[in-house]
Amino acid sequence: MNSTALSWFARHEIRLAWREWLAMMTGGRRGRKRAAIVGLLVFAALLHLPAYAVIGKYANLQRPIDKTTLIVTTATIFLAWTLMLSQAIESVTRVFYARADLDLIMSSPVKLTNVFSVRLAAIALSVTAMGLLFSTPFVDVLVLKGGVRWLVAFGVVIAIGISATAVAIAVTVMLFRLIGASRTRLVAQILAAIIGAGFVIALQVAAILSYGTLSRFAVLTSQAAAAFAPDPDSIVWWPARAAFGDGEALLLLLAFGLSLLGAVMAGFSARFADTAARASANAARASHGTRRRAFRSGSRQQALRRKEFMLLRRDPWLVSQTLMQLLYLVPPALLLWRSFSDSSLAIVLITPVVVMAAGQLAGGLGWLTISGEDAPDLVAGAPLPPSRMIRAKIEVVLLAIAALFAPLVLALIFASPTQAVVTACGVVMAAASATAIQLWFRVQARRSQFRRRQTSSRLATFAEAFSSIGWAATAALALAIPLAAAISGLITTGLLAATWKLSPRRE
Amino acid sequence: MPSDQSALRVQGLTKRFDRLAVDTLDLVIRPGEFYALLGPNGAGKTTTLRMVAGLLRPDAGAVSIFGIDALNDPVAAKQVTAWVSDEPMIYDKLTPLEYLEFIAGLWGVAPSIADACARQLLGSLGLEPNLHERCEGFSKGMRQKVALAGALIHDPRLIILDEPLTGLDAVSARHVKRLLGERVRAGNTVIMTTHILEVAERMADRIGVIASGRLVAEGTLAELRQQNGRNDTSLEDVFIALVDTQAAAA
Repeated sequence: MNSTALSWFARHEIRLAWREWLAMMTGGRRGRKRAAIVGLLVFAALLHLPAYAVIGKYANLQRPIDKTTLIVTTATIFLAWTLMLSQAIESVTRVFYARADLDLIMSSPVKLTNVFSVRLAAIALSVTAMGLLFSTPFVDVLVLKGGVRWLVAFGVVIAIGISATAVAIAVTVMLFRLIGASRTRLVAQILAAIIGAGFVIALQVAAILSYGTLSRFAVLTSQAAAAFAPDPDSIVWWPARAAFGDGEALLLLLAFGLSLLGAVMAGFSARFADTAARASANAARASHGTRRRAFRSGSRQQALRRKEFMLLRRDPWLVSQTLMQLLYLVPPALLLWRSFSDSSLAIVLITPVVVMAAGQLAGGLGWLTISGEDAPDLVAGAPLPPSRMIRAKIEVVLLAIAALFAPLVLALIFASPTQAVVTACGVVMAAASATAIQLWFRVQARRSQFRRRQTSSRLATFAEAFSSIGWAATAALALAIPLAAAISGLITTGLLAATWKLSPRRE
Repeated sequence: MPSDQSALRVQGLTKRFDRLAVDTLDLVIRPGEFYALLGPNGAGKTTTLRMVAGLLRPDAGAVSIFGIDALNDPVAAKQVTAWVSDEPMIYDKLTPLEYLEFIAGLWGVAPSIADACARQLLGSLGLEPNLHERCEGFSKGMRQKVALAGALIHDPRLIILDEPLTGLDAVSARHVKRLLGERVRAGNTVIMTTHILEVAERMADRIGVIASGRLVAEGTLAELRQQNGRNDTSLEDVFIALVDTQAAAA
């Protein structure tokens, strides 16, 4: 393949990435392209406000930088890197599985190493571009308040985007080799979901265990961290130093990222073709060795519920999301455990976190069971009234939420029975509201289209998020200021009523 | 108590989308009959069958399945009906046995009967080695066979199939044809659309030709030949002549 053909393939890859992203933003509807771009620009503009609040005060920092600032900055950059890594793992896995063009590419008269190198470079480009997009408001604030010297932060984003992609490729290919193609898909999705969250949660866990607070900055700004951290001229601080305008550190960081990507591409491009071929071959012979048992008896609704539970259990997205939600629940659970021995008021924080998590998970579960039906004709053709069909599906969502959150609420009873009751009510309201929204906005879709669920109806997405936030706030306020909780509950109910009014009419 | 002796009776069935898809269609199929519904692309075959299967509400008309008014009592009608579409409706994350267990549960088949029947059906379709594999890795043909086994697990009296042989290899197609033949001999009724005219010619007791949403011809192959005025023609010639005549008239 000559360089012209390679550049043509690179353009093709970038076009595909752009269209995949656009389809995700527009929910696959062509007419929404302009609205999606305008919406994104408005979102980016609005993001400047929280960016100002979070980072504005650091704009005037000058070198030399003290150790604590280096620690906080490095941790922030590392968090951004983990988020990029998670996006890159997801992209690499998608390229292996979701693109239907592997057969076409592999049957074409081109050198596969070159083609896959271009494809890997395209992934690096899209991951870095996304990183630049989301970091722009923060860098803008720094530039506006602290001067153009902060523009070098874009260089840091590029460097960590490249290195995150390199690591993602290596991790995914290694997973293929170690655990096989079918398991890699699941594990990669779980990894992608929990990597970013894992770092923040680890900091929170450390903060709770050491200082009894949920603030991750408690650890980063502590004396102990400063004492344990290496000297300011250590290689560990390159990213932070680069962000503060150290040109030499930035160049070294970029060189390291590019070298890493180059090494990974050189090492894995040749195997990429082999891995891709094995992935598609493996998909054709996915054996799971289910144990033989007799068919179970029960009502028609029970059959439907059993099927839904089985599919939920086997859904890689759901497994990863549930793990992520459970991970988010680790810090409040730890806080709860610690508060048995003291009278910390921080335990109140558990309630909104739990309620919020229940609402979010119920929304995802609701979409998967109510809208995500892979055999709609089969279910519609079954001798069961639609109302009973829907009821069985809703029961599955609520039962799953109950099974996941009941242990936490039960544990709360020992710490504070009142708080346990309030939390249980909050979980029920958040889960019921999210499920209801999914019901009102249900569409017919395949379960694999889950990634696009949030763009199929913006109204449903926002309503779901706001109702979860609303019930979380109501539950938290119920423990502190009951009158405010009543107002918050009424507002959330009003929001739900408005959402129902605006939803497509259902029979 | 239903007194209608037909397996399927369709009267004045009408459905309009952007244009008229099915136009006051009348159709009667007798119990134990193998009926092939032919027609060019977009003729209204699938829309007709989807309305019969209770998947689509007609704008006008009536559908009666073994004397049951399918529009007023869809649950009872669905109990005796099976629908197989050209796109297999199966769950990737279930194994064929789990899929059949689910369908048996939905149709209320006793587990002991369903279990044995599932094994026998899947075995007869050549899927015995794949009983415990999840369907996500199956080929189109294998998926179609699983869907067909699912449709037959509750021993439906009326089997509605929309292009069931699409994508099947010769061996699989023979499996499916044999299974359908057995069902018809056992007294079940089959209505099937197909573009493979040789299948209709060999298997169907009667053939209906639909064009622009209307039934333009119906009968045995001999009767259709007679309508066409030549006794030595193939079904393909008859079909093309009928469709051309209809297109010219439109």
